[in-house]
Amino acid sequence: MSVPTDANSTVPEPVEGSVAEADPLVTGEARQREPRWKRLPVIWQLRRSTGLQRGMLIAGMVLCAVFLIAAVFAPLIAPYGFNQLSDAGGNFPRQGAPSAQFWWGTTVGGYDVFSRVVWGAQTAVLTVVLAVALSIFLGIALGLVSGYLGGWLDRILVTIADAIYAFPSLLLAIVVSIMISGGESGFISGILAAAISITVVFVPQYFRVVRAETVRLKAEPFVESARVLGASTPRILSRHVLRNATRSLPLIITLNASEAILTLAGLGFLGFGINPTAASEWGYDLNRAISDVAGGIWWTGVFPGAAIVLLVLGITLVGESLNDLSDPRLRIRRRPKRVPRRTATAMKGAA
Amino acid sequence: MTIADTATPPTAAAGKTSGGGGLGRYILVRFLLIIPTVFILVTLVFFLMRVVGDPISASVGGRLTPDQLNARLAEAGYDRPVLVQYFEYIGQIFTGDFGRTLTDNREISEILVTYGTGTLELVLYSLVVALVVGIPLGRFAAYRRDQIPDALLRIFAILCYATPVFFAALLLKLVFSVWLGWFPLGGRASTSTQLVLDRISGSTGINIIDALRTGRWDLISDVLAHAVLPAVALGLLTAGVFLRLVRTNLIGTLSMDYVDAARSRGVREGRLLRKHAYKPALIPIITVMGMQIALMLGGAILTETAFGWRGLGFQLAQYLGARDFVAVQGIVALLAVIVALTNFAVDVLAALIDPRVRY
Repeated sequence: MSVPTDANSTVPEPVEGSVAEADPLVTGEARQREPRWKRLPVIWQLRRSTGLQRGMLIAGMVLCAVFLIAAVFAPLIAPYGFNQLSDAGGNFPRQGAPSAQFWWGTTVGGYDVFSRVVWGAQTAVLTVVLAVALSIFLGIALGLVSGYLGGWLDRILVTIADAIYAFPSLLLAIVVSIMISGGESGFISGILAAAISITVVFVPQYFRVVRAETVRLKAEPFVESARVLGASTPRILSRHVLRNATRSLPLIITLNASEAILTLAGLGFLGFGINPTAASEWGYDLNRAISDVAGGIWWTGVFPGAAIVLLVLGITLVGESLNDLSDPRLRIRRRPKRVPRRTATAMKGAA
Repeated sequence: MTIADTATPPTAAAGKTSGGGGLGRYILVRFLLIIPTVFILVTLVFFLMRVVGDPISASVGGRLTPDQLNARLAEAGYDRPVLVQYFEYIGQIFTGDFGRTLTDNREISEILVTYGTGTLELVLYSLVVALVVGIPLGRFAAYRRDQIPDALLRIFAILCYATPVFFAALLLKLVFSVWLGWFPLGGRASTSTQLVLDRISGSTGINIIDALRTGRWDLISDVLAHAVLPAVALGLLTAGVFLRLVRTNLIGTLSMDYVDAARSRGVREGRLLRKHAYKPALIPIITVMGMQIALMLGGAILTETAFGWRGLGFQLAQYLGARDFVAVQGIVALLAVIVALTNFAVDVLAALIDPRVRY
């Protein structure tokens, strides 16, 4: 992240582990700086945060962790399979109210709501990871090449990205999902289809950010000197431009991850998600639940819906905190010097 | 969300680079930019939909013998090279012909006229909700910034964004229709009301206007009661964005020199906020509204499906379910045109209000 290093942050910290563990090439520098794991994106911000901002960041991380655990250990947590309709005791009831056997009740199709919500976390996390990874890869590659080379390729890519950017993303995702799967699919193909649909929507965003940074960096002296030294274009892009052009990405990633979940749920709600027998998907469950509501049956819809809201909320809280912490005007300082109250509020006001 | 706060519409940025000149020149350049935008989207959608194959096999392929299928394909011209079909399609669109649906053989443009009014009505209602909720709350948050109300409103804004419209729809229906019984469960009007409204001579298709013309209170209240929940579900999505935008901009204008000057003359804080800083803070809302319209159209598809609100989005979902991809392609292309036109209108409006936009 683009956290400007001020005097406070470079205070040497006790180095954890033996010196041998540190990267031999940077040991000289590393002794002065904090250990590598403490400089990882989210952890770095967490250590610098304080007060309300720290609370938001921690709340968001806890929410995300809960869903990650549910996703990874779904087979252990969920009492039943996502497409299980009966057990030794016979068929499951349809639209059964929450009970000791079915904690969150059963759906109109006779599935256990709790199990489907847990399995749904797995679908959501897999899709989001895949979608974000794909869009970052494509977006960065296109943005770097387009921004660095310029010319007609740049013009064309920018125009296309702008056109896609202005279009309702859900519509585009629908069209791509039709293209990939014809609308229906199994577990792997369904997740792939959803992820690619989301990717098409997000690539322009990464493209814009990375391209703008690349255009700016192209004129920087260090890039020029690399060129003078005879470095090849791929080398300049990968060694010099890439690492500097991607500093603001963690924030966009969190924002996009939450949008990806909403898009996946929207696709599922319109019946373009993953086949219900192949995987559990919250949006599809909500689609089935919306007609239950008329009969006062609340448990089929409220739980998967709450799962979407909480996961998006968690990711957004992390993203918002990262944004605040990376902006010196918004960051609440850890141990502020004694300043007159009026000046302190005026400084915050500038944000 | 932060992206929505900070990013400028790409089209406006492109307009800026095209250099000096007055308002007329700006509008002309901005208008010409619509053409490549629509062209790219239509092309993209066409080829994406054609990668899988032809729409006839997709919708009725399983039910026909190979001979019948080939006959249908030849009849519709799908046996020709894709590029030929593409150029024909582009030619048709330029003459305003978006094709016919496969399943019920209707003109796509006729569908727009029939159902577009429903979507227009819904989007306008939700825009009202978003403005009525978002702007005062944003002002309040700026007034109490870094205090508890501000923190609570910030969480409210995130929740507005984090809740999918169809889940908001489900909750609203559950509480206000099923448990409290205040509002109807769905639809644009009761069947009896809709029958009356459709028979009015020169019916506009916009229910509230038709109801007002009859002057009958039972019709007006029926139409309004049906609109409340869908408008709130879709409006809250945008209200959160407006709230944050007003808050950020208001805090920004409050630190401007002219506000400081007024403060030093002894103008009270409350009056500064209401009179001096408020109006300039509203200008960015108009710019962002252009981007919100694309978001709202996407949200309208989900809202209409959730409430059985017979608009374009509802119809699109029906065709999606029936695998009628010609209809889907047509409606999507049409929406691309609408989005491009509204963005143009919003940009022109912004340029009229704020001379700095024009360059």
